[in-house]
Amino acid sequence: MLRDDALVWRLLSTRAAAFAYVAFLALSAFALLLVIAGKDPWQAYVDTLVYVFGNAYGFSELLVRMTPLLFTALAVALPARIGLINVGGEGQLYMGAWLATAGELALQEHSAFVLLPALTVLGFVGGGLWALLPAILRALRLVNETISTLLLNYVAPLIVSYFIFGPWRSPESSSYPQSPAFVDAARLPTLFYSRVHVGLIFALLCLALYAVIVSRTRFGLEMRAIGGNPPAAQRLGIPVSRYILTVMFIAGGAAGLAGMAEVAAIQGRLVSELSPGYGFIGFLVSWLAGTSATGIVAMSFLFAVLSSVGDMLQITQGLPYAVINILLAGILFIVLGRRPVASVAR
Amino acid sequence: MNAALVLGVLASAIASGTSLLYATLGEIVGERAGIVNLGLEGIMLIGAASGFAATAMTGNPFLGVTAAALAGAAANLIFAYLVVGRQANQLATGLTLMFFGLGLSALIGRPFVGTLIAGLPKLRILGLGSMGDPLTAYDGLVYLVVPTAILIWWLLFRTTWGLGLRAVGESPVAAVAAGLRPGRLQYQALAIAGLLGGIAGAHLSLALTLTWEEGMTAGRGFIAIALVIFAKWNPLWAIAGALLFGAAESLQLQLQAAGADVSPFIMNMIPYLLTLLVLIVWGWSRQAAAPAALGRNFVGVE
Repeated sequence: MLRDDALVWRLLSTRAAAFAYVAFLALSAFALLLVIAGKDPWQAYVDTLVYVFGNAYGFSELLVRMTPLLFTALAVALPARIGLINVGGEGQLYMGAWLATAGELALQEHSAFVLLPALTVLGFVGGGLWALLPAILRALRLVNETISTLLLNYVAPLIVSYFIFGPWRSPESSSYPQSPAFVDAARLPTLFYSRVHVGLIFALLCLALYAVIVSRTRFGLEMRAIGGNPPAAQRLGIPVSRYILTVMFIAGGAAGLAGMAEVAAIQGRLVSELSPGYGFIGFLVSWLAGTSATGIVAMSFLFAVLSSVGDMLQITQGLPYAVINILLAGILFIVLGRRPVASVAR
Repeated sequence: MNAALVLGVLASAIASGTSLLYATLGEIVGERAGIVNLGLEGIMLIGAASGFAATAMTGNPFLGVTAAALAGAAANLIFAYLVVGRQANQLATGLTLMFFGLGLSALIGRPFVGTLIAGLPKLRILGLGSMGDPLTAYDGLVYLVVPTAILIWWLLFRTTWGLGLRAVGESPVAAVAAGLRPGRLQYQALAIAGLLGGIAGAHLSLALTLTWEEGMTAGRGFIAIALVIFAKWNPLWAIAGALLFGAAESLQLQLQAAGADVSPFIMNMIPYLLTLLVLIVWGWSRQAAAPAALGRNFVGVE
């Protein structure tokens, strides 16, 4: 037992060392690019570290940002287990938020004991149904799920915009359309007097459940069989199509929960700019983590730190937040180049 | 629907289909060599931003188009190095390239937000109609796009180089046996794809919007990838596909301009839903036109 622990730690430390090296390379390259653009990357890095680790509030904001990434990374990792590439986390997040908002508007007279479970289920179902359409098209062998989930990402925010500019528009919002504020009973409880909410704990529980399912149950084993060789799995009598539908529904549901948590905890209403690309960043997180649950937690935390650099660049140096994508993509470029023939998805 | 509306839709379908067609042609060249590039969206963004920046700084839109093409090719060579040189997963690398392009274009375009440019000059080659008649006043890139499609078709289907490229896309092992170098051909294909993707982005910012806006391609790169399937990997069919999608996009603009009582958000969904619909119909008819080795990495022969 003791030996196993030592082995695990050695593995972790070499992995951590390898990753630190990759992060160092990417941060250096990104810094060089910012210098060329006439900015001060060193200042941004130092500002970020001071802000994020300098006081409890900054650190709590890190956990706030990490929460949706845990959900959206799970939404990518689960389908990857059976060889599906779900790049639709962004759209699924929006639809989860949308259906949760519909629930809040319909049930707002009820108590928190009714509202919170109802909104959670609705957020899950909203994202799940949005992922089910690509899953059906894939199961019928009509359209590849990568391209269909990508396309639907552009449709979901338009649906949200239609509702908050139209039927759900709050009378108080004149210049910046949004839905009416959620009633207090529909707001997710927060922790430690910060914006950290129970969604974080829920996300960690979901990831733990995911880890158990993929490693200790028949479902996990059959998923591995499908991921390894779908025709062989089919011949073994594993219902491949049913797995595609179920897995994509659950994955979309996870991303939908991220959206539900954003409206019910952070925003307190449905807004059009709900996510700064959480669905997409979740894809990068899951790829770097190799779909492992602990890896997802570690990478989500790291990407939360890195995307705080984006905030700093925006606030102090007037750069668009999207610039941080260069750094995040750079890390994945290096990893993709170092690890030929990745085994997660094909 | 009256004649003016139809004419307006057609005229702006040609204008907005041009960018899609350049992008689709580039993707066709890459996919014929066996490589799916989901990063086309990022390449277009880099092209749009660098083309706009170069035009705003020099005042010369032709330099802008050149800069966009070169930037697109350079970015696509990063992708080529990873998928050809390092055998990285094509889908994941392509999506990463999209994020890279999103970020890089935001950085390049930042100083030019709100800048206005004159854009590509309108040429009246056909010599018909009056000044400002939309059908007879297009920029040079519009006139060049169909000849480009024919050129790409000729290169792919009527030259030895194109035969080799397609052989690599069908069976790299057979290509090696025939004395070809798959890696080199794939690099060449992706460089051309990058050039065309960059031009596609430049046409958006230098001829259509005349401004830079973050993420302005709005998924056109992904629509172009779907168009490749629609066109059965044939550059000439791509002309029809681009015109159809250009029409979908311009119909929505024309209806809004005509004051139709439909939410703009619903209208904006049309191109994406139409793309999905086309893919479903194509999937139904089971076209087996895709290059056989598409998306697989060639790791060499023993």
